[in-house]
Amino acid sequence: MDTVFALATAQGRAGVAVIRISGPDAGTAAGRLCGDVPLRRGLRLLRDPAGELLDEALVLNFPEGQSFTGEAVVELHLHGSPAVVNAILRCLGDMPELRHAEAGEFTRRALENGRLNLAEVEGLADLIDAETESQRKQAVRVFSGALGALADSWRERLIRAAALLEATIDFADEEVPVDVSPEVNELLTQVRREMAREADGVGIAERLRDGFEVAIIGAPNVGKSTLLNRLAGRDVAITSEVAGTTRDVIEVQMDLDGLPVTLLDTAGVRDTDDLVEGLGVARALERAERADFRIHLLIDPTEITDVLGPDDIIVQAKSDLHDAPGLGISGKTGEGIDALIGAVSARLQEKVGQIGVAMRERHRVAMTRAIGFLDDAMSALERPDAMTDLVAEDLRSAIRAVDSIVGRVDVEHVLDEIFSSFCIGK
Amino acid sequence: MKHQDYDVIVIGGGHAGAEAAHAAARMGVRTVLVTLTKDSIGVMSCNPAIGGLGKGHLVREIDALDGVMGRVADKAGIQFRLLNRKKGPAVQGPRAQSDRQIYRQEMQAELSLLENLSIIEGEAVDLLMSDHRVTGVTMQDGSEITAQSVILTTGTFLRGVIHIGDVSRPGGRMGDDPSVRMAERLDSFALPLGRLKTGTPPRLDGRSIAWDKLEVQPSDDDPVLFSFLSTGTYAQQIDCGITHTNAQTHDIIRENLDRSAMYGGQIDGVGPRYCPSIEDKIVRFAEKTSHQIFLEPEGVTDHTVYPNGISTSLPEDVQDAYVKSIYGLEKAIILQPGYAIEYDYVDPRALQATLELRDVSGLFLAGQINGTTGYEEAAAQGLVAGLNAANKTKGLDPVIFNRRESYIGVMIDDLITRGVSEPYRMFTSRAEFRLSLRADNADQRLTGRGRAIGCVGEQRWAQFSAKMDGIGRAKVRLSEITLSAREIAGAGAKLNADGPRRTALEALALSDFGFDQLAQLNQDIDEIPAGIQDQVKKDALYAHYIARQERDIAAMERDEKHVIPMDINYLQINGLSNEIAAKLAVARPATIAHASRIEGMTPAALMLIMAAIKKQYQATGT
Repeated sequence: MDTVFALATAQGRAGVAVIRISGPDAGTAAGRLCGDVPLRRGLRLLRDPAGELLDEALVLNFPEGQSFTGEAVVELHLHGSPAVVNAILRCLGDMPELRHAEAGEFTRRALENGRLNLAEVEGLADLIDAETESQRKQAVRVFSGALGALADSWRERLIRAAALLEATIDFADEEVPVDVSPEVNELLTQVRREMAREADGVGIAERLRDGFEVAIIGAPNVGKSTLLNRLAGRDVAITSEVAGTTRDVIEVQMDLDGLPVTLLDTAGVRDTDDLVEGLGVARALERAERADFRIHLLIDPTEITDVLGPDDIIVQAKSDLHDAPGLGISGKTGEGIDALIGAVSARLQEKVGQIGVAMRERHRVAMTRAIGFLDDAMSALERPDAMTDLVAEDLRSAIRAVDSIVGRVDVEHVLDEIFSSFCIGK
Repeated sequence: MKHQDYDVIVIGGGHAGAEAAHAAARMGVRTVLVTLTKDSIGVMSCNPAIGGLGKGHLVREIDALDGVMGRVADKAGIQFRLLNRKKGPAVQGPRAQSDRQIYRQEMQAELSLLENLSIIEGEAVDLLMSDHRVTGVTMQDGSEITAQSVILTTGTFLRGVIHIGDVSRPGGRMGDDPSVRMAERLDSFALPLGRLKTGTPPRLDGRSIAWDKLEVQPSDDDPVLFSFLSTGTYAQQIDCGITHTNAQTHDIIRENLDRSAMYGGQIDGVGPRYCPSIEDKIVRFAEKTSHQIFLEPEGVTDHTVYPNGISTSLPEDVQDAYVKSIYGLEKAIILQPGYAIEYDYVDPRALQATLELRDVSGLFLAGQINGTTGYEEAAAQGLVAGLNAANKTKGLDPVIFNRRESYIGVMIDDLITRGVSEPYRMFTSRAEFRLSLRADNADQRLTGRGRAIGCVGEQRWAQFSAKMDGIGRAKVRLSEITLSAREIAGAGAKLNADGPRRTALEALALSDFGFDQLAQLNQDIDEIPAGIQDQVKKDALYAHYIARQERDIAAMERDEKHVIPMDINYLQINGLSNEIAAKLAVARPATIAHASRIEGMTPAALMLIMAAIKKQYQATGT
């Protein structure tokens, strides 16, 4: 195995930047920069081959078998200046036995050395990408193997069910429990229920990773952009008194009580002869429909006609000018904004509550496949003339689908997908 | 005196030996079968029955390759039953009770017909060696027989010990000095050995059984035979009897457990979980108050009865007492007491897929010596060893059976990659492609291959070709007929009557739509013979599922292409756990597909191995 290196922290200015070197020559390479490499950790001066001082760095030394990748690893904790980082990366790149790591290579090595399993790798990818507290919690659950444990428990029960059926097949002329179908049915029903719940949660888990979308819709000039600016706390959309100012969809990303939310400000919904504005309206409606839910801003909430989902929030606009019961806000005075944020947050929290430990589309596809096979098996079992060999085959297929969640089978495809989503140095 | 030279020597005339000798001779090489007595060829030493679940599949496959077991079992069959008749053709297994004497006679007759096969009575006491190659055998009289390959099918002779209660004596095949020499020779190869045990029930005199009181299990009305060439039963058909153990039986056994060889601690070999002794059943399933016993006559003219379900290693007086406690057996006379036998087996992971030892060129092992149990498993291995010993002589490629085409392939792969932890018996659940590996299509899977290998004779080939032509014509005809969903539903099949039109062949994929329904719809299918109809229906029934399995098959084929070099050093692969490295070192998998089936294997470990192979390729610049 060759020795690779890369910047393990984000590019750009920061307090600290970490360069990771992994592989058999990690110690030798680090020694050329800092003289004697500390046994565990130590402060060292880093110099280029000409002897010029590059930085003073904290050098961490992880022996083989006790590092993230499982190989010998040296980490250089530098001052986070792009100039320092580049100088040291250049020095390392000039060393013949070293090469720059490919995207995700450290993690791939950790996986190949048995330090992580597939689900843990995915959890790790999400953990690194986590920007909000909820995302972090979810990633930690996956990283700590919760999904693997769940898949194992499904697998165990499906294998039990398969074993019961197989017993009636392979020991037909011997003493086996004659009617195994009640227990088989019970096992399949349980697993199917749990899988369906997890699969439903994946869509929301994906939202949690990629951000929820909440659209603000309402008639032109009702104050959507003003509300957005209030929520985001800064001027993003241009607000003016002229109807139809916002022609495009404006997106603002924010952290709402630990949840990633993208607010969409849509063009005023109205019939228009202006071709450009008409396009904006169509696009806005389409986008609003795809959002997780919508905030309908109306002068008179009783005139609401187009609620698009059960979670939609209806808000009375310009409450400083008009009096009405229910949720009312004023973009101008800020009245009602906290209540609205509370309502949005409550709806999101409720959705997040449905998330299980599965969080990737890949997991959902595997579970949906397994559920399909279980449905086939269960409906076949209901028939008095059920062909047991076909039911058993459905169970085998379901087990294979479960196995693919944690990477027991079809390792190659899954790996390609995972590693393509990794960025260099992680 | 020096015997003439042969190409292949087969030692042992049991089920593995007979099939091996027959296969090698069919391949046209000069073959000799060395057996203690000609009369013992084809002896059924345990239960006088052939076939069953998984086992019946093996017999059909042997037959599809023109082997001998199926034909002989059909001639000797005195009670035929198709197991799992209601469960779908893929898991239906033909089984037959055999007349022990007819079986032996027919097997001997089959072998005597082959012009390339000689039979020598005598005992092979040692192997002739040249370097690490086997070059023949030494007989007890000091004579030598030389050959390119030797197939050893000597069952339980390696340190066999027979236990009847607290009495034990060396046994197995024989206990005298010469076989010790052969055992020492095998020891000198430093093969990995393990210890197993198996048991037999006491044999009863049928004339002392009160048959008139007992429940009867008759033969099937329409017997399903083993051989694709057989057209009907030969021997007189009989019934078996059924009785049960009771509380008194269990008490007697429980009180005497300390006198059982197994529970008295005399035996340390591992017995099969699926075929426990009666002591085992009573200890492990203490809550059961009764166990079923099948009373199986060993022949039409033989009075011996094999009580299937009460194998034991209790002393004779206890056997006598518990047998007499059983309904219908109150006056039963024991002709031969039950006993347990303990023996060494060679860890089959020391074998290649040809059943030749990896480290001893020219020496093939087949049958019980490889840790298997059962006549069918033994015969299938004999076939594989016979074909490969012949091809080795001819300098041709090895004959390898894979998991996708046959139960034979499943068994060999299981043996050489996973080894055994108990006597290995075939089950249908061992075959992941069970739906395509059916007993009914064994000929479609293997006869063409066998013809190419050279082990399928003219008669079978002509008959098979005619059948395939018939199936081909029928499928063309059925694809020309189209039916509306309404017509199909009207004939009694459950489907959406508004669905699309289907060809008759597609309609046959429905489990509740057969040729009878087609006939109801006045379709002209009379020219399709009943046998062909039956086969076409079975093929159609699984077509959808088999298509679904193709992805798995492709994945397995891909893994099989990743060949692992024989000289790979697992201990040097970074990150591989010691436990897995040790398992790999023992199993020496030939491909990544093999490696993936080793117990405890993980995807991460497989990736490490693949990375190591890649690195080695890069290092050698190839």
